[in-house]
Amino acid sequence: MDASVFDLKDIDIQWCPGCGDFKILQSLKKSLAELDLAPEDTVIVSGIGQAGKTPHFMRSHFFNGLHGRSLSNGTAIKVSNPALNVVVIGGDGDMYGEGGNQLLHTIRRNPDITNLVFNNMIYGLTKGQASPTTSQGMKTTLQVEGVINEPVNPIAIAIAQNASFVARAFAGDVDETAEIIKKAVSHKGYALVDIFQPCVSFNKVNTYQWFSDNTWYVDESHDPRDREAAFRLALKNDSFPLGVLYRSEDKKTFEEWSPLYEKDDRPLFQRRPDPDKLAALVGSYR
Amino acid sequence: MEKAGTVISKDLSVVVCGAAGQGIKTVVEFLVKALKASGYHVYASREYMSRVRGGNNSTEIRIGAQKVMAFVDRIDVLIVLSPGIRANVMKRISPETLVIGEIEVLEKELSDKDAELVDLSFVKEAKDAGGKVYANAVAAGVIFGILDIEKNILEEMFDSFFFSKGKETVQKNLEAMEKGFSRGREIAQKVLADKDLEPSSDLKGTIALDGSDAVSMGALAGGCNFIASYPMSPATGVLTYLASHAREFDIVAEQIEDEIAAINCAVGASYAGARSMVTTSGGGFALMSEGLSLAGVMETPVVVHLAQRPGPATGMATRTEQADLNLALYSGHGEFPRILLAPATIEDGFYLMKKAFNLADKFQVPVILLTDQYFLNTFYDVHEFDVRKDENEYFIVEAGSEYRRYEDTESGISPRSVPGYGKGIVGSDSHEHDAWGHAQEDFELRERMVQKRLRKQKEITKELVTPVFDGKEAFKNLVLSWGSTYPVIREGLDLLNDPDTSHLHLRQLCPLDEDLPKYLEKAENVICIEGNATGQLCSLVRQKTGYNIKKRILNYRGLQFSAEEICERLGSVTEKGGDK
Repeated sequence: MDASVFDLKDIDIQWCPGCGDFKILQSLKKSLAELDLAPEDTVIVSGIGQAGKTPHFMRSHFFNGLHGRSLSNGTAIKVSNPALNVVVIGGDGDMYGEGGNQLLHTIRRNPDITNLVFNNMIYGLTKGQASPTTSQGMKTTLQVEGVINEPVNPIAIAIAQNASFVARAFAGDVDETAEIIKKAVSHKGYALVDIFQPCVSFNKVNTYQWFSDNTWYVDESHDPRDREAAFRLALKNDSFPLGVLYRSEDKKTFEEWSPLYEKDDRPLFQRRPDPDKLAALVGSYR
Repeated sequence: MEKAGTVISKDLSVVVCGAAGQGIKTVVEFLVKALKASGYHVYASREYMSRVRGGNNSTEIRIGAQKVMAFVDRIDVLIVLSPGIRANVMKRISPETLVIGEIEVLEKELSDKDAELVDLSFVKEAKDAGGKVYANAVAAGVIFGILDIEKNILEEMFDSFFFSKGKETVQKNLEAMEKGFSRGREIAQKVLADKDLEPSSDLKGTIALDGSDAVSMGALAGGCNFIASYPMSPATGVLTYLASHAREFDIVAEQIEDEIAAINCAVGASYAGARSMVTTSGGGFALMSEGLSLAGVMETPVVVHLAQRPGPATGMATRTEQADLNLALYSGHGEFPRILLAPATIEDGFYLMKKAFNLADKFQVPVILLTDQYFLNTFYDVHEFDVRKDENEYFIVEAGSEYRRYEDTESGISPRSVPGYGKGIVGSDSHEHDAWGHAQEDFELRERMVQKRLRKQKEITKELVTPVFDGKEAFKNLVLSWGSTYPVIREGLDLLNDPDTSHLHLRQLCPLDEDLPKYLEKAENVICIEGNATGQLCSLVRQKTGYNIKKRILNYRGLQFSAEEICERLGSVTEKGGDK
């Protein structure tokens, strides 16, 4: 499939020129096309922030909800119609700040969805405040003496919680990122891809050059099934490994646990209550 | 909707009080079933403390030859299973009350009461039968003994009720029950002296259940197939019920991490075509405000069961109140249409919940069903629900290739499709959006979209749930009320027996009934009865109709009104005393 099927015509993309999000969008379209997943097969679910605007810049089903809650939306969409390919997109503020509790419990619930986090380590849409992943010491418009809070380590959290798939990518590498997204989408279960993304307007520390200098791809010597090794990689804070860092043992997904799909794969919108069963239930109160 | 009885029945009112963990809840369910099977109308209502063990809870059981649906203060027989009778029960003990319990306890606690005391150590009798856990069965036995219930009915019932717990449990329960039964026979004549308790023959085609189960079954009947919620008293019962029937009825039922996730799951599921709901109480619903607003702008159907308990904040977790009307009316930022329903009876709980799903789907709006702890934890017998009455309506359409989710239409209702149904793209957005659902900052579009959403209000008013009106059309006094108070007020009015006073009970609070002003204008006096401290319905009526209701009967202590209280307080308001 050609990636252009995901193009929306005549739109004004609201991201800043040079934003890393353009490249992630390119990687996303490329990966879906290469997996032969059409716009009609896919729901892009997003929250609020620059990353959350993604579904308005490509053609596919979409649900652009509230700040921090798109994992809840995405989980419910998937379990209501498991045939849909659900990709949940948000930024570091959306997923690791506002939506922290939803992230933690979505990992536990393990729906078969892909979670792309455009992690630029800064708040873009609200103009330059610290995000949960901003480095300690970085001065911002709000943290004028520098960030004091320990940054969130999403990779370590996800591995600690035994997430079924954990990867990290860098927006600057379109092809490599597309390959990682393909693996995440193909993976059965919750798949987190934290994508380093330069913010050209507000983050003057973590630039394209900085990410290039401070990241490296894991090779075949790393076994993603080795949780301890993955955790060691997750804790590295001098240079950051990219690629598929962790895969849990095969786990049943939220949808697979749900008894209603055991014998019947129809989505919820095609189902109707059975009046005979209901009458019998009512009758049990005689 | 079935109306509450208009005959004052000479029923028997038994109150059982004891500590949490003594199995009172179990025995009540058993009593209701067995008494109904013996031809009695039954009512039971629980009030309980927010604790797992200990404390002191009470259950009122009314047994009647005619239908009984309301809470009364009168206690004919008080069964005391453990020490520590609380003030709310204590003050209802009258010289006519027969109190049964361990005599040392009764003499100590009731030293200033001239009620008649009967010595019966439930715990000792239970231990003789095999363990103190059977104290509740002894208590049930006393009630069965008073009414001389046929033993074979009880044996059959015990067998089916406790079957899963094994033969020994059934046997020991039966033994304990028989010990109580013989004591019940001894006091029967005295207790029943002024009662008219001939078993009724009109119980065919009835069922007995509490409000929580009725609302839950209403959801099943309405085609609910998705619920995500966080446990919170008194709303949890609905989640538990749907979860326990998930396999049988094709439901996704998930205990979710918080209420914010709950409503966002419900909206997400609905976007994908599920009939979704959440069940919660005030504090949880407060967390859902933003999600409710999301459903509003996305025009995504969602049903909220809002089970009220006293606030603010944690308030009184296991108690009752009607103080979240304002919250339900105004929660969610921005402007969007909504529907608010409040069932008046258990039967109404079933049919209105079913209707809630159909209204939500039809108008693509959030529908809130307001109940409360009293309603959910109260049992009585009702006509068996007709599951085929008012067939469900489904509105989801296939998306053509040019499909636009927010097509502007005359009614404001856009044909709704879901992703994966047809060739079209289905987009939904929390921002103001164009017909495709894409975010736009176009001021003219904004006005059109606001108008489109608000136009649905007009359609909604074409299908309002009518209020219940009782009494003469030519009235001097009009009692206005809403929600769970209906049967209590009805019985209070029967006690008052004032032909000049009629009663209008609202079952839909938003939008309000369009005929409401006609009723209000006809009355010399309007008296609003509400379970809150500020008269929230009065404020709503004034806001919507301009009519200022000056007389209010309010209750915010955490317990339901009693029928006697309604009679007495109405009597002083309408200047005609009740017969109490």
